[in-house]
Amino acid sequence: MHIQALQDSSWWPVLWSVLKILAVVVPLLLAVAYLTLAERKVIGYIQVRLGPNRVGFKGSLQPIADAIKLLFKEIIIPSSANRFLFLAAPVLAFVPAMLVWAAIPFGPGMAISDMNAGLLYVLAIAGLGVYGIIVAGWASNSKYAFLGAMRAAAQLVAYEIAMGFALVGVLMVAQTLDLSKIVEAQAGGGFWSWYWLPLFPFFLVYFISGVAETNRAPFDVAEGESEIVAGFHVEYSGMAFALFFLAEYANMIFVSILTAILFLGGWYPPVNLPPFTWIPGTGWLIAKTAFLLFVFLWIRATFPRYRYDQIMRLGWKVFIPVTIAWIVVIGIALETPLRVLLR
Amino acid sequence: MQFKPRQWFQTFFLTEMLRGMQLTGRYLFARKITVQYPEERAPQSPRFRGLHALRRYPNGEERCIACKLCEAVCPALAITIESEQRDDGTRRTTRYDIDLSKCIFCGLCEESCPVDSIVESRVFDYHGETRPDLIYTKDMLLANGDRLEAELATDRESDSRYR
Repeated sequence: MHIQALQDSSWWPVLWSVLKILAVVVPLLLAVAYLTLAERKVIGYIQVRLGPNRVGFKGSLQPIADAIKLLFKEIIIPSSANRFLFLAAPVLAFVPAMLVWAAIPFGPGMAISDMNAGLLYVLAIAGLGVYGIIVAGWASNSKYAFLGAMRAAAQLVAYEIAMGFALVGVLMVAQTLDLSKIVEAQAGGGFWSWYWLPLFPFFLVYFISGVAETNRAPFDVAEGESEIVAGFHVEYSGMAFALFFLAEYANMIFVSILTAILFLGGWYPPVNLPPFTWIPGTGWLIAKTAFLLFVFLWIRATFPRYRYDQIMRLGWKVFIPVTIAWIVVIGIALETPLRVLLR
Repeated sequence: MQFKPRQWFQTFFLTEMLRGMQLTGRYLFARKITVQYPEERAPQSPRFRGLHALRRYPNGEERCIACKLCEAVCPALAITIESEQRDDGTRRTTRYDIDLSKCIFCGLCEESCPVDSIVESRVFDYHGETRPDLIYTKDMLLANGDRLEAELATDRESDSRYR
């Protein structure tokens, strides 16, 4: 009865939006917190160590201990830094990392905003994230931070293009920019009707570009601990640093979920048969995202950092030609009877 | 440049990358070698050189005769000894300090000691919260010796063939 009255009031649309945002952001931040633990555990296990296991049961409260530590640390502002930009930069990095989630469909019709140009929106907002990094590096007024920021900027330009082309391939085949419709276009059979198979080069290029976009190893030259200390965030401490950290991990989850949506059939089960269809679609989407996140960590634990010129070579001289060539192939295939393979 | 289809295949399907990930993936399930320190400890040799102790003879008499060989040999100048004649006519130390913030745990004091008085025990997890805490006096060293005598004696015994 009360709920009915509430739904009729003029406040309802606003309240409903806030509820939807909370329903996404709260689990997301928890996922980010536990992704940091998962990262330390997975990398520890791969290095034949145990990883954090002291706080709580098997280290399960470690992220909370870390968060409390960071909350209570002093935020140091270097005397020669640009104070306003120095404090604005973490926000500039964090806000786009949260904004992209508005368009992500977690199931049929389950998005904060089911917009019809979702892919475009997501690409545009994800591109904004690098401003936080560049501004942070510049405002710190420190050599290492500045180098990190410049590297991040150049790297982003190189990989954004390849990433964009990879997404062009997807929207050519799906004939839509709506993320929900892209997933629905992959319905039908099981995992063989998802886009990763016909668009295999795009799948690889997108995921690798995603690793590069989020400045994760082996493309973490913007941080580059062994070369430029911590890159763009050397001068940051406490919560200001934590915001960069949250943004990086939220972006990792975002790239993984977008890969799952675009190439791994979103919320569809891998085989359209009873034992698999019992799990709800959102569960499948989360499982696919979790697997891709594991691959992120696995990659970080396996590969040494790329040299800077190798990153540029891979972006400009390998990914961009490959994606352009495959777009031509897809374009031709769509005009021939071969299109049944893509639809 | 020569066209090598095999190499191109390997490049585009990232086969070498996958082989690397296969290797690290196997180590994910390997037995972990972490020693969970306070509960588990790594094995130690009887020759382990840790916290110092001054030993006594079984009748309770302290072994140290204040010959000051350890003070002379100490490369870090961490040992300070003062001595005088006791009422029974023997020479004994009145002061025997080891500054553990200077000590490099080389074991030369133990090797130089003619009466096996100054020894290094297996204790490695002691601490001091200020610098003066790390200056161990004669009383503290004798207390260490009394506390650890059983272990010290068996360790010297097991190593005696090689000394």
